[in-house]
Amino acid sequence: MTIGLVHYLVVAAILFTMGVLGIFLNRKNLIVILMAIELILLAVNLNLVAFSAYLHDLVGQVFAMFVLTVAAGEAAIGLAILVIYFRGRGTIAVDDVNRMKG
Amino acid sequence: MIQAIAFYLFAIIVILSGAMTIASRNPVHSVMWLILAFFNAAGLMILVGAEFIAMLLVIVYVGAVAVLFLFVVMMLDIDFTEMRAGVARYFGIGLALAVALAAEVMIAVGAWSTGPIQLARRIAPIDPGVPNIQAIGNLLYTRYLFVFEGAGLVLLVAMIGAIVLTHRQRGGVKAQNVSRQNARRPQDATRNTRPVVGQGVEL
Repeated sequence: MTIGLVHYLVVAAILFTMGVLGIFLNRKNLIVILMAIELILLAVNLNLVAFSAYLHDLVGQVFAMFVLTVAAGEAAIGLAILVIYFRGRGTIAVDDVNRMKG
Repeated sequence: MIQAIAFYLFAIIVILSGAMTIASRNPVHSVMWLILAFFNAAGLMILVGAEFIAMLLVIVYVGAVAVLFLFVVMMLDIDFTEMRAGVARYFGIGLALAVALAAEVMIAVGAWSTGPIQLARRIAPIDPGVPNIQAIGNLLYTRYLFVFEGAGLVLLVAMIGAIVLTHRQRGGVKAQNVSRQNARRPQDATRNTRPVVGQGVEL
């Protein structure tokens, strides 16, 4: 029994779906939404690394590193915005973010 | 055989902990499950020989991003009990969308048939004799040098942005202002007066 590329793709697909489901479920909690986005990016990284390994091309791993960089920056900026939003409004529910509605 | 066992172990744990990340009531528990998911994803990456990315995942995600999440969760004074109020409302549509998306991706993976993959056109074929970290370094500092520096720029902008966003001047605190102290001159700070006898000094 050998582990092929499809195994990795299926695991990453399930993880990706779970991240999307997390965005839908946690409408009251922006922190968990950010964590769900991290899960999605993790699934993307898993795909990149799996393709890199099974096609014997190193570029996928290099780009997984760049995805990691962007994910770290996104988490930092997202949490900063979350902190100032909470400071001003006292809540982090996504449903209440309608101040800019025309 | 041992590879298959390790793969299934890591895969099951990463999926379960991903599910617990989005399902647990307490955000602190969510962060803990997220850390477990990252560790197991790193294990999955080690299985295919990408040690450097796996270590990077543990260092960057578990060491920096998860700790950042923990800090923010613990700093914000949030009532966690009312957090889960909307879950039942969105569960149906969310689950339907998730199942549809998963089915689509699975079908796409099942029907996946590329043409003949031109292995000769690979940019950086993996050489079994070169260690993973060395090979990535060779590639990163030559062919992808500018992209690498761009990634550094992204991190710099993110850092400056986070500082600018969250920094605030507090009013009413007594703090030392060194430049104001240094700019203070004697003629501004002192005053020569010649008080008349019998009258006080106007302060």
